[in-house]
Formats: sequence, structure tokens, C-alpha cells
Amino acid sequence: MLRLPPFAYHPAASLEDAVGMLARYGWRALVVSGGTDLFANMKQRLFTPEVVVGLRPLRELSYVRASEGGVAIGALTTLTHIAEDPVIESRYPALHEAVSVISTPQLRNMGTLGGNICLDTRCNYYNQDYDWRRALGFCMKKDGQVCRVAPKSPTCVAVNSSDSAPVLIAYGATLRLAGPEGRREVPAAEFFRNDGMRPWCKRPDEILTEVRLPALPAGTRAAYRKLRLRNAIDFPILGVAVMLQVEAGVCVRARVVLNAVASKPVEVPDAAAALVGTDLNPRALDEAADAAYAAGKPLDNTSGSIPYRKRMLRVFARRALAACAPGS
Amino acid sequence: MTVAPPKILLQLRVNGTDMACAAHPNKTLLEVLREDLGLTGTKHGCEMGHCGACTVLLDGRPVLSCLALAVEAQGHEIRTVEGLAHGPHLHPLQQTFAETGAAQCGYCTPGFLMTAAALLETTRTPSEADIRQAIAGNLCRCTGYTKIVEAIALAAERMREQAEHV
Ligand SMILES: Cc1cc2nc3c(=O)[nH]c(=O)nc-3n(C[C@H](O)[C@H](O)[C@H](O)COP(=O)(O)OP(=O)(O)OC[C@H]3O[C@@H](n4cnc5c(N)ncnc54)[C@H](O)[C@@H]3O)c2cc1C
Ligand code: SF4
Ligand code: FES
Ligand code: FES
Repeated sequence: MLRLPPFAYHPAASLEDAVGMLARYGWRALVVSGGTDLFANMKQRLFTPEVVVGLRPLRELSYVRASEGGVAIGALTTLTHIAEDPVIESRYPALHEAVSVISTPQLRNMGTLGGNICLDTRCNYYNQDYDWRRALGFCMKKDGQVCRVAPKSPTCVAVNSSDSAPVLIAYGATLRLAGPEGRREVPAAEFFRNDGMRPWCKRPDEILTEVRLPALPAGTRAAYRKLRLRNAIDFPILGVAVMLQVEAGVCVRARVVLNAVASKPVEVPDAAAALVGTDLNPRALDEAADAAYAAGKPLDNTSGSIPYRKRMLRVFARRALAACAPGS
Repeated sequence: MTVAPPKILLQLRVNGTDMACAAHPNKTLLEVLREDLGLTGTKHGCEMGHCGACTVLLDGRPVLSCLALAVEAQGHEIRTVEGLAHGPHLHPLQQTFAETGAAQCGYCTPGFLMTAAALLETTRTPSEADIRQAIAGNLCRCTGYTKIVEAIALAAERMREQAEHV
């Protein structure tokens, strides 16, 4: 049986209390929201905190609030809540699509947006139980020395597998953090780092409290397309988020972001350049999809073969673009 | 490694009954239900969130008890497969699963029953797509799902008929 390692459980009485506990216990403590990522990883002994700080009692961090300036989503809001929210569905359809295809209905009832953004990076050689990893001699990300995927790499190349992350970057969202030194805001695009072992700029004692989606100019369209082996349960082995703004038939702004191809979501400026200034004709979409194909470099760290994931980059980028382009 | 933290007193409300036990804080809801409360209807499958065999209802929503802490389930209404039947009367879903052959080895069945029960409480007339979407998180290695979808649709029909007769 796979049991959780021993730990003391402290429910947070308030956000300040949670921040205080993280400051007090330091590396010995981790926060948990839905637990769907952390507890699975703890069962495999990827984390063995002495103290688990429960954020779930912080009901005040569970909300979707629309205002003229956009929409604010509390970090503790469940994925089901976001998927069922009519404002998100009509104003931020790419986020609606992304959270609706995360795992399964049960997982979405438990998992939160904050936990999805802070999802640990994943790898075939890492998300395995202790005995499996020990038999192989471990790897750099946990208990070992070398990277099994890229033995010459000085850093771990485990993949960002959060479906919401590329979409939040495409929309230009901002993340709010609370820590012992107060609160700060970080653009989603700067939150993620291309390092499988330190995938965020968030400090370990900081808690993500809110996601802010900006108000979108008229003519904005966005979409998310996800590739996975089964159409339920599975993590993305490729994802493409697209956001376009069209004025008088001409694309004036574009963002294309890939996920599950690096330790952070990868923005593709060449794809945006291929779109801006065009009327989004099929040729422009093909060029943007080619740029996405060139930018994404899948490695041997998820299911699905590398050539398959590479080929699907162009296909999924083209599909996400077509979903945003009027009439193509 | 430090010494394991002591047991704590857990007060859980399961199938409408208040229950108490002492357990270590790292125990999952699944482990406490089965090992401390004697409710072995809920099954251990993958224990990693992949299969849905451990599904229970928390405030009416299906969740995975293998990834939920028992201590965090306090203060919530928990429902397990033991709470479906009323005395000798099976829940319509239990009846139709038996009649249509929707249970073969039966290991996945408690999870499917709870997921389906939650669906039928919010959706009186589910389409086949609604049913398939609702059970997307429950794996069955025996039936091929067709009989399970039929059993849920048939139970929905009978529950509608029953509702009309009262
Ligand atoms: C079978 C299975 C399939 C899955 N499929 C997908 C999928 O397809 N797509 C996908 O994106 N994810 C998937 N997941 C991962 C996970 O379920 C989701 O990402 C979920 O949203 C995580 O949220 P949580 O609240 O459960 O996170 P938790 O497990 O509570 O936390 C995850 C991590 O974030 C940290 N954390 C949590 N909340 C905060 C906060 N507010 N501030 C700072 N740190 C925080 C925790 O310390 C932990 O390290 C899957 C998981 C499983 C088990
Ligand atoms: S990418 Fe390399 S170091 Fe990182 S988890 Fe995989 S094998 Fe380990
Ligand atoms: S045992 Fe909980 S999902 Fe498999
Ligand atoms: S009946 Fe055997 S797993 Fe479903």
C-alpha cells in the first residue's frame, strides 16, 4: 500500500497565519490546497515535509470576482468552480477550456487554481515510487546526481504540465503573492523559470493568493488545445494557448504559448510576428504554426514519442489558431 | 527523521452519522474509512488519483478519498457506498448495475455508484454524453463501460418514474 509519510497537519486560521507558519518552519513545511499533486508526490517520497500547512480552510481565497478591470480568481478556487463559472466561460474561453480538460471530474472538484499554477514539474524518471527510482539510481531532481533525460544537462529538464499556465501567460494575467515581507505582484510570464528543479520565481515561503485576468480589448479571441494519450485523466504531453486581437479585420496583437515542451511554458514571438499585421489568412496561420513547430523541443520525459509530439506541435498550433481566426 | 506525530481525534460525519476515531494526521480519508471506521465498501485502487475506485461524496461532490486527508474532511458531509441503500431497499443504481451486468469483478463498482449517484442528484435526465463525462474519472477494466452507461440511464429513468408517483 502507498501511504503518506508522517507529518503534522496544521490548518491555516488565516492567510497571515499560513505565512507565519511557513516563515517559522522554513524548509520543513509545505502548503497544501487540493492535495492532488502534493499528496501523490508525497506517497512516492518525492517530498517528506515534517509539517503540512492546510490552506483549504481559507474559504475567503475561493472566489471568481468580475469587475471593470477584469476578473480576479482566488488561489483556493477549485477547477470545477472555474469551469462552471459563466463569466470565465464567456470572457476567458481559453481558461474555461484549459481547466475543463484537467484530469477528471473528481480531481477538478479537489484541485485548485493555485495548486495548478504551482504544480511540480513532471518527468518519466521522477514521478515514480521510491523503489523504482532507487533501482535506477535516482536522478538529479530527487536523491541523485545526473539527469536521465539529458545526462549532459547541468539542469533538470522536467516539464511544466499545468494546463492553466500557458493560458494565463497568453491572457497577460498577473499573480499575487503573500510572504513574510509583504505582498507583491508578478506577471504570469515572469513567474515561471526554465529550471525543472526551481520552476517558479516564487520563494518557498510565499503563498499564491490571487490570479488577475486583465480586461480584454474588443476583438480579442483566445483558445487552448491539449494533446494527451487518453481524453481523460492524463496530463498534457503538449498544449498550445493562443490569444489574438483583431481590429477592422487585421491582427494587431498576438501571443502563442506552448506547454509540456520545457520546464516553463514557452512563448513563441516568431509565431506572433507571423500573425500581426495580417488578416489571419490560412497562409499566416501556417507560418505561425511553423514557428511553433520550430520553437517546441519535446524531450524524453513524458509519454508519447518525441517525433509524435514534435509533429503534433504544428497540428495543435494550427488548430488553436484556427479556433481564434474568424472565418478560417 | 523525527518521530511520527501522535494520533489526533477525528470527528467525521459519514452517511448521516457522527463518527469518531483516533488516527495519525497523515492518514487519507480512504484509510480512515476502511481501517478505523470499518467501512470497507470504498476501494483502494491505484492510490494515486488515476482510477476513481476510491470515490466518495464530499458535500455531494465526488472526490478521491485516496488523495484527501481525513483531518480535512472534518466538518463536511461524507457519503460512501454503504449509505446508498435504505435498509433492505437497494438504491436504484445498485439495482440496475446488478440487473444489466454493469458489475463484473465489482472492484470499480462502489466508485462508479457514488459518481453516478452525484450525477443523478443534480441531473434528472442525463444524456449519454452527460453520463460518459461524469464517469470520465472512473476506470473499469472489465465491462467496457457500455453496461455501466446503460445502468445509469436506466436508474435515472426509474428515479424519474418514482418521483412522478409520489
Ligand atoms: C491522475 C492525475 C491527473 C492529473 N492531470 C492533470 C492535467 O491533466 N493537467 C494539469 O494541469 N494537472 C493535472 N494534475 C495535477 C493536479 O491535479 C492539478 O494540477 C491540480 O490543479 C493541483 O491543484 P491542488 O490544489 O490539488 O494542488 P496541491 O497538490 O495542493 O499543491 C500542488 C503544489 O503547489 C503548492 N501550492 C498549492 N497551493 C499553493 C498556493 N496557494 N501558494 C503556493 N503554493 C501552493 C503545494 O505546496 C504543492 O507543491 C493531475 C493529477 C493527477 C493525480
Ligand atoms: S529531467 Fe532529468 S533530472 Fe529532471 S526529473 Fe527527469 S531525469 Fe530527473
Ligand atoms: S484509488 Fe483513488 S484514484 Fe485510484
Ligand atoms: S467490474 Fe471489474 S473493474 Fe469494473
